[in-house]
Amino acid sequence: MIDKKLYDMPRETDIAWCPGCGNFPILNIVKMALSELDRAPEDVVICSGIGQAAKTPHYLRVNYFNGLHGRALPPAIAIKVSNPKLTVIAESGDGDTYGEGGNHFMHTIRRNPDITNIVHDNMIYGLTKGQASPTSEKGLKNPIQPEGVIVDQFNPLAVALSLGATFVARAFSGDILQTKEIIKEAILHKGYALVDVFQPCVVFNKQNTYQWFREKGYYVDENHNRSDKMKAFELAFDLDRLALGVIYQREGKPTYETSVREGDEPLYKKTFDKAALKNLINTYR
Amino acid sequence: MKHFSQDISLVLGGAAGQGIQTVEALLVQVLKREGYNVFSSKEYMSRIRGGSNSTEIRITNKKCASFVERIDFLFALDKEAIPHLEKRIGTKTVLLGEREKTCGLSEKCQVIDVPFTRFANELGNPIYTSTVAVGVALGILQADERVFEKYLQEHFARKGDEVVAKNIEAGKKGYAFGKHVAYNEGIEVTIAKNKTVEEEILLDGNDALGLGVLASGCNYISSYPMSPGTGLLTFLAKHKKEFGIVIDQAEDEISAINHSIGAWYAGSRAIVTTSGGGFDLMTEGVSLSGMIETPIVVHIGQRPGPATGLPTRTEQADLNLVLYAGHGEFPRAIFVPGTHEEAFLVAQQAFHIADKYQIPVFILTDQYFLDSIRSFPEKDLQILEPKNHITKTKADYKRYALTSDGISPRGVPGYGEGLVGVDSDEHDEQAHITESADMRVAMHKKRLGKIGAIREEAFLPTEIGDVKHADTVIVSWGSNRGVLEEALEIVGNKSIAGLHFHQVYPLPEKAKKLLTKKKVVVLENNAGGQFANLLKLEYGIEITENILKYDGDPFFVEEVVIRLKSLM
Repeated sequence: MIDKKLYDMPRETDIAWCPGCGNFPILNIVKMALSELDRAPEDVVICSGIGQAAKTPHYLRVNYFNGLHGRALPPAIAIKVSNPKLTVIAESGDGDTYGEGGNHFMHTIRRNPDITNIVHDNMIYGLTKGQASPTSEKGLKNPIQPEGVIVDQFNPLAVALSLGATFVARAFSGDILQTKEIIKEAILHKGYALVDVFQPCVVFNKQNTYQWFREKGYYVDENHNRSDKMKAFELAFDLDRLALGVIYQREGKPTYETSVREGDEPLYKKTFDKAALKNLINTYR
Repeated sequence: MKHFSQDISLVLGGAAGQGIQTVEALLVQVLKREGYNVFSSKEYMSRIRGGSNSTEIRITNKKCASFVERIDFLFALDKEAIPHLEKRIGTKTVLLGEREKTCGLSEKCQVIDVPFTRFANELGNPIYTSTVAVGVALGILQADERVFEKYLQEHFARKGDEVVAKNIEAGKKGYAFGKHVAYNEGIEVTIAKNKTVEEEILLDGNDALGLGVLASGCNYISSYPMSPGTGLLTFLAKHKKEFGIVIDQAEDEISAINHSIGAWYAGSRAIVTTSGGGFDLMTEGVSLSGMIETPIVVHIGQRPGPATGLPTRTEQADLNLVLYAGHGEFPRAIFVPGTHEEAFLVAQQAFHIADKYQIPVFILTDQYFLDSIRSFPEKDLQILEPKNHITKTKADYKRYALTSDGISPRGVPGYGEGLVGVDSDEHDEQAHITESADMRVAMHKKRLGKIGAIREEAFLPTEIGDVKHADTVIVSWGSNRGVLEEALEIVGNKSIAGLHFHQVYPLPEKAKKLLTKKKVVVLENNAGGQFANLLKLEYGIEITENILKYDGDPFFVEEVVIRLKSLM
């Protein structure tokens, strides 16, 4: 086990999150999970997009790619393919992952790269001051729809399942120990792992609070059959009670990086093969 | 007696799916092996079957690389080929086709009835029409039949003895017919062969670019198909095993560029290929590359816009798009090959500049260039030997260390003890978000300051004729080098010379003097004179005249000659 302090940023680091924000526990959980799984900081890459959640990689000591809004997943896939020895985590918010990055979300699942996708889901846009996100509940009043959200809520778990995701989980940032276990399992899973973590926005979302989630959420029991896809759909579609834990897992599906290339040598070690090029040029005679 | 000497234009016209491409591929190969100089280009409709397409093959004693309007021999494989190409059919044109497809044209030009279908049917399959047509062309040229037979043998070997035998028979039938008809109709073609051509390599612009990309050590491509940029993706996919290239077909162009930048971050060498419309979607990624100082190479095969435009035709109207793509200010470089050799070279230089300076670099080609085939000596492909500009990190590594030349050594995750962070926000040396005004200015100056060194390394333009002593300089860029060279030679006036750019940004300081105190005329395939405007802006020179074309076709040599003569 690696000392968790190794992931800590200097004490003077200015963290841009609001007091009481659900992002703080997730940051702590990720550090704990990495430390317990013995992943050295230099062998971990966190990719993120834009938003408050997407600032996470600035607050722990690992490699990171803080790219553009909605684009955490495309570079995450490329990094895993370029160097399969790295532990790659894509970490962003619900707006970033399911809205702006929706197309990448769908097609990353289809590829099944061995990456962990942690989505900080607060069901609202925080950084842009309280507009609706794809996971906002219908009827939620917000500055752009003062009468309430008029479109249906996006269901990330059901979408992931329908696209063949090999690991689908829901977690709650208010429960550090259980969420840490779920994230550890997600990192250990060989393939794309979605962990949708409910994380209250204490400033802009007065509807989906810690209290609200504690009342709605429940853990799937020990006897839950993770390989039962139809049961998983049933759990995903139930929005009255929110199932927590690993809802679905399928092992053995080839990962993208094993299908798209040979071996696991980092591509930066590859050298130019002049003889092969000369041979190819010769075929044009 | 009709005599064609040293330069003929042979055009194949027909519907998509009729085998024009097969005829072209066979004919240029056989002709090259016999020592003829060939240059072939094509125009086609945006459809899979039907329509009316054509390919022009120029067979010449000297090297040439341009498109002519004149048609000497037209092989009409269907009825629509004739109205489609009517404007280009002249009194000297020899039209070859089946009688029912060419009827009514005998007053306009010489018409020869060639029973392609009957010949093919005699062999039991219409598929042999293509080989018959190649045979007819070679018969008229009185080319060496043994070279033809040997090539058919090699080309069809994979398909088994029967296919080889049938094709040889088809070729012989066509050849005998062509030779006979030329004699009967009094057609004589004399084109000097050149022994050295036999040994040359023969390829299209797309493959020349692809070979250059391989020579750059590229090992990764993520792209979304879009004509005419798809060819490069297909080329790399075909060679992925021998060269260990990762091929990712992206869900969209936004993914393609973000994915490829991620690949560079992790130490791979990646390219994206697209056309203008796809590139529109990529522009956020261009800006990202500029900010996070992670290289990216983008190939854009231009076609006429706006929007879907003319999807399968040619234009050079995306220079401004590439020059200004991406919000904010950051350095970039733009390469525009004019020949196959230049495509091979600039692909490598694009990777070199992107990697060394950690910037986005563009290669702009167009449909006409990518589809054109010609031969040249293998030694003209210059291999630069790629160098990987990455560094092994130490524990105290800073990704954006402020250095005197503005280049912060680029580490990659997992290589060394250090941590490598990149950030699309303004950042400090450690790659963490900052809103410090001083740091912003320091970082911005560091990034922008690299342009000076990039300019120092810029390719000088190619002088055509005696630029120093000419009064008028005709400037071209990208695919117009061939047409400018040939038109200048035809005009043959020492007061007019040419200057061709294969890098258009940044422009080399040294080339400015070649254009000062001269009448500068800029030839380009667009309506706005985009490169002319860039020259004005960068060199502060006046442009006397623009020669522009934007109907979807490349320039014909004839029209450029007329324009050049009008300048004298």
